[in-house]
Amino acid sequence: MCRIGAIKSKNYLHPSIALKLMRSQQKGHDNSGFAFVMQDLGGIFAAHKDLPILSMAATVEGTRRAEDILNNLGFTRVLQWSPDINHEKGLKIEPMPNYVFEMFQYPKSHKYATKEEKEELLTDAALMLRSELDKDNAGYIYSFWPDVLTLKEIGSPKDIGTYFNLWEETPDLCAKIITAQCRQNTNYDIVRYAAHPFFLDGYTVLVNGENTFFEKNKDYQMSLYKGYIGFESDSQCFLYTLHYINRILKWPIQYYKHTITPLPFDEIEKRNDRDVLLRIKASLAHLEINGPNTILGVLPDGRMLCVCDSKKLRPVVIGRTDETVIMTSEVTGINDILPDRDFEKDIYPNECETIIVENDLTVKRWQQ
Amino acid sequence: MATISINQLHLDDLPWIVEYDENKCIQCGRCTASCSFNAIKPVIEKRRKIISKLQKPYFESILVIKQVVDFEHHCRGCGMCSRVCPNDAIKAVRNFNDRYSVRYRAAKADSLKKGGRSNLNTEGRTLDKIKVGRISQMTDPSLDAARHKFELRTPFGRVLAADKLNFVNEYDVLKLTDTLPPNRWIYPVIMGDMSIGAISWRMWEAMAIAAAYLNEVMGIPVRMCTGEGGVPVKLLKSRFVKYMILQIASGHFGWNRILQAMPDMIEDPAGILIKIGQGAKPGDGGLLMANKVAKYVQEIRGVPKADLLSPPTHQGLYSIEESVQKMFLSMNAAFNFRVPVAIKVAASSTSVSVYNNLLRDPYNIVGGFFLDGLAGGTGAAHEISLNHTGHTITSKLRDCYLAAVHQGRQGEIPLFAGGGLGQSGSFAADAFKLICLGANGVFTGRLLLEIAGCVGNDTGKCNACNTGLCPAGLTTQDVCLTKRLDIDVAAQNIVNYFIATDIELKKLMGPVGNSTLPIGRSDALITVDKHVANRLDIQYVC
Repeated sequence: MCRIGAIKSKNYLHPSIALKLMRSQQKGHDNSGFAFVMQDLGGIFAAHKDLPILSMAATVEGTRRAEDILNNLGFTRVLQWSPDINHEKGLKIEPMPNYVFEMFQYPKSHKYATKEEKEELLTDAALMLRSELDKDNAGYIYSFWPDVLTLKEIGSPKDIGTYFNLWEETPDLCAKIITAQCRQNTNYDIVRYAAHPFFLDGYTVLVNGENTFFEKNKDYQMSLYKGYIGFESDSQCFLYTLHYINRILKWPIQYYKHTITPLPFDEIEKRNDRDVLLRIKASLAHLEINGPNTILGVLPDGRMLCVCDSKKLRPVVIGRTDETVIMTSEVTGINDILPDRDFEKDIYPNECETIIVENDLTVKRWQQ
Repeated sequence: MATISINQLHLDDLPWIVEYDENKCIQCGRCTASCSFNAIKPVIEKRRKIISKLQKPYFESILVIKQVVDFEHHCRGCGMCSRVCPNDAIKAVRNFNDRYSVRYRAAKADSLKKGGRSNLNTEGRTLDKIKVGRISQMTDPSLDAARHKFELRTPFGRVLAADKLNFVNEYDVLKLTDTLPPNRWIYPVIMGDMSIGAISWRMWEAMAIAAAYLNEVMGIPVRMCTGEGGVPVKLLKSRFVKYMILQIASGHFGWNRILQAMPDMIEDPAGILIKIGQGAKPGDGGLLMANKVAKYVQEIRGVPKADLLSPPTHQGLYSIEESVQKMFLSMNAAFNFRVPVAIKVAASSTSVSVYNNLLRDPYNIVGGFFLDGLAGGTGAAHEISLNHTGHTITSKLRDCYLAAVHQGRQGEIPLFAGGGLGQSGSFAADAFKLICLGANGVFTGRLLLEIAGCVGNDTGKCNACNTGLCPAGLTTQDVCLTKRLDIDVAAQNIVNYFIATDIELKKLMGPVGNSTLPIGRSDALITVDKHVANRLDIQYVC
């Protein structure tokens, strides 16, 4: 079973904390990879939170092509950062030649564009880059979005950490929100895009468990939005549904739970909002999930989210201090990072809950 | 040399031959009394007897049972005679040399008519070649079918895409603003449409009782389609009408009474089903032989005692657009747009075009697409239609579902599939597989008759529903014959069968790890037949 973790803090944290969070949960590791998404960035990226950062792993040729595409679209690079690679022998990792983290200025044509127009441009550019690099496996586009940095690689999480020098805390690379997972969805091929967390248009999702309605979800999502592509992992569906509900339909976040795990009829019938819930249940029946899953997510405004399947067949625990909130699969990870917290305040969500961690770290428990 | 009339119908021409053992017979008369076709009769036979060589042979007359040899009274193999015989002295045996169909046409200059179902099963059953092969093992848990809570419900009625629901957000709570098409959540098995007339009123009543019991006592929201033969006015004015899907077909039989009852109806019906075609005899209208048009059938339908031949098409409806505008709008308007209106068509090579057109209908007025395959049953049909027209259900259901997927509109018009389900004994398995292939639910009619005691089968046994002489009292209006059916027992058997089906559906949902219906989850299915795998887009295994 995958172990997943999400950290949100008032302070900037180095990604080594994600490795440490997952270390004691390593019985869930299978050396298929390690990935993290950092949001609300500090360090060298803190000065330009409004500018998009391209997170990419590519060949030399792929890197050149990606930069050419962005240049042709009118983007101009303002900052570049590369991890300090440790070429130690014997590391279990399948590295790509280049890891690119570049910050870009928007094209001049978008100088006065609205936020929505800029975001549309970023989505289209990311899709274009991916499509171009997919042709000859020249690279992988993980995210192209403001204030977001993503790294994914195949191999042992510990060795990936060593390779990218992530065990050593540096002030350059830090963020207030870090989500991480130490294996891929290995039901299918081990490919970089199959590694959680998944990111789209400001939404981040990581999941454990099998999506038994993968085919239904995928069949429906494929025609819903241009960004719903790939499906290398059955868990990408959870991200796309979150994106669809909240960003496309603009429904409040609690309707995510109503969509993926609708209430049983006998409960719906007793409620005042039954007409709405029944319509959602019918209209979005193909976005329902029915497997054992815990879903952790980050919303574009920085709030964190946790929901479980309706049978509550996967574990998750939330531990917190005044400074930090951690959501992860097993409490051992939280014990390592927040040993002095009041563990009586730990939350073990139930099958009906949506947990929202607000930006002031208030934890809201909303019952379906 | 004896004269032989070779053109005369002979016992050996008939499909069934009655074997009779006079030594076992006690001459009780039960067999002849039970034979609704009058296919056997008592006769006196002259016998030459020899007691010993010392005595002269002598003649005596004895009573024996003889088979009648004519086109009207031939044995259908129903087996009632052997059921009632206390000594196993009589039984019907299949005649593999039969020439009945040739002889009938040659003698009568008419097409051969039958009831029941096609007896020419050259296709084989695709559903039997499919297994549920995606079993939850370790990556996700199988569910305990006996203890876990399952939800077997499916929408009936037009479903709008989420972005068409036009919710408004009031302080983070979504509210409905528009009047949306009616949509009900029902059990995924609908009792198929068999009319009062095609089946006896006692059988129809047994089904209606079973539907009410399943809903009100068992909590299983099964809906029953009335068929197009009218509905008892008492039922229309009762609360039970909410479990009934009223059918209208090209004959419009019984709708005068329905319209007259509307002001007094205290509940809306569960839905309206507009029957365009039927899988067992596609492209052919309804056929009710005069001998089944009993007095109460005349009254409820408002017709004289005559062969009732419905036209193969609804008069005035020659295109999908007209259907939508006239039939659907008027039917929706009849109940003030509160009742889902669905359409039933025979599966055909054209089904996808029809479904696509309905999906694109801007009025959002079609609430269900019932697709009826060729293995379905019928009260009466020309044998040529029954055996040689129609389209198998499985691939056509799949085609329709995938056509909707292609447009991102799956589920908007719920798909219901029927036609020969349960034919090989596993109705729940057939239903589950079709649901995985994209059906929202299934419907069945013939199976209900079999549950209630029909003795017919797919290989020519009985299938005499068209004669009005059903030996089980199911498809007859003969007062004596209908008495053979115990309404309460039939209703109880139907209820029991639904409970068993419910258990078995869960026994299939549990292993694939789903507590709600896996509609469109074809990854759960496998087949060892490459052609089936290829055609249905499911996994080939060997």
